[in-house]
Amino acid sequence: MKKRRIQNSTLPAAILVFILLLIWQAAALGIDAAYILPSPIQVLVRLWELRKPLFTAHLPATMSIVAIGLVISVILGVGLAVLMDASETAEKALYPLIIASQTIPTTALAPLFVLWFGYSIWSKVLVTVLITFFPITITLFDGFKSVKTEMEELLFTFGADRRLIFFHLKIPAVLPCFFSAIKMAVPLSIIGAAIGEWLGAQSGLGYFSRRMMTQLDGAGVFAPILLLSVVAMAFVGLVTVLEKRLIHWRSDL
Amino acid sequence: MLEFKNVCFQYDSEDFSIIDHLSFSVRHGEFVSVIGASGCGKSTIFRLANQLLHPDSGEILANGKSITGLKSYCGYMPQHDLLFPWRTVKENVKLPMEIAGGYTKAEMNERADRALESVGLSGWADKAPRELSGGMRQRAAFARTLLTGSDLLLLDEPFSALDYLTRLSMREWLLEQWEKEKKTVLFITHDVEEAVFLSSRILVVEQTPITKLTSIEVPAEYPRTREELQRPEIMELKERLIEMLRREPS
Repeated sequence: MKKRRIQNSTLPAAILVFILLLIWQAAALGIDAAYILPSPIQVLVRLWELRKPLFTAHLPATMSIVAIGLVISVILGVGLAVLMDASETAEKALYPLIIASQTIPTTALAPLFVLWFGYSIWSKVLVTVLITFFPITITLFDGFKSVKTEMEELLFTFGADRRLIFFHLKIPAVLPCFFSAIKMAVPLSIIGAAIGEWLGAQSGLGYFSRRMMTQLDGAGVFAPILLLSVVAMAFVGLVTVLEKRLIHWRSDL
Repeated sequence: MLEFKNVCFQYDSEDFSIIDHLSFSVRHGEFVSVIGASGCGKSTIFRLANQLLHPDSGEILANGKSITGLKSYCGYMPQHDLLFPWRTVKENVKLPMEIAGGYTKAEMNERADRALESVGLSGWADKAPRELSGGMRQRAAFARTLLTGSDLLLLDEPFSALDYLTRLSMREWLLEQWEKEKKTVLFITHDVEEAVFLSSRILVVEQTPITKLTSIEVPAEYPRTREELQRPEIMELKERLIEMLRREPS
């Protein structure tokens, strides 16, 4: 019974995706120039042909940027949110800066990062962190702010100090926000890594896609992008599964 | 048990002291209700008593000692049950002991089990709070309040969010608990009938700012039944209380 409902709920999306792919395929056949618009089938074929360099060299390169960037972003994002929640002065000082940091066109600055860090992994990590920490900080901070004052007061009457309130109330209360933040951060970190590689790298899926561009290999441009999307979706799926297992009370707060 | 001595308190946003040189006391083992119209400041009295607010002047004593710096002298039960949804019922009930510290796991489990049994929720220990009905949630919240280990319970309109029939049975249940646990209860309500049914003494807030509380003994013995509320002197008392509350120009 339950299974059927899930099938039914994903069915409309699946049909729509299939129709869009059909239109794409038809359009590609109509244009008949793979360097401008490769058909979905051509992309899949190219992905298969390029599987060796993609999976052994470029995917690991990109994933290490994503992993390092994501870890730094989570630490930075959580740290800033906790700090701003703990101290009003920190909030007043940091919050405007954090918002302002997002108005900076990171992609335009990225060449500068290459200048500073060379073609090393850190220029890419920096781009990743810059666009990834923000949703984590803001979502978590809002989560901290929306913790019910009444619950804080109740713990206070039990004799809890700020530290105990933090561990017994705030951390569990913001867990749902944390998972939302991670779900936003994962795709962003992959985009960040790809942008970083696009602008200056010697390996990685973003770099590979750009190289294929110079060779007018349309399907070769799409293949790594397809791979990136699938990886992002898989990650988000994994996080969602984890979230469902850990948080059964999202709607009760 | 609890004594206010010349307590003054003013909210920053207001230009008058909502509590103005207020003195009153609650004796050990009493069940005292504070009644007053909404917004009259009765909750402020509570928040001063549990130190969520601090008096501008005057002194609040618990068991003869100033409450400043004192911990676990009172158990506070708020209007909403505020059970933490990520904890099971039993874990919620253990919370005050976890905060206070000094209990072993076995002690906490044993006391939590006993408290849940006493409020009739033995079979519900491992359920999530959302699986409980409104009345059961309040009973769990009461068990949690009991496990603060304090003899003074501050109950802030604990039944106001419940439906009428549940409220009636929760009142009777609360009196049983009070007689069983031998606690001192200070109970806030705006419901005259509730106050009369539960209390041995009623403190009426007649005006804001609160300069005094009018103390009225309820002429009825415990245990009480709802039928006793129909006695003429009780009916008369109810009418008198309603008159007193209405007198305040609003």
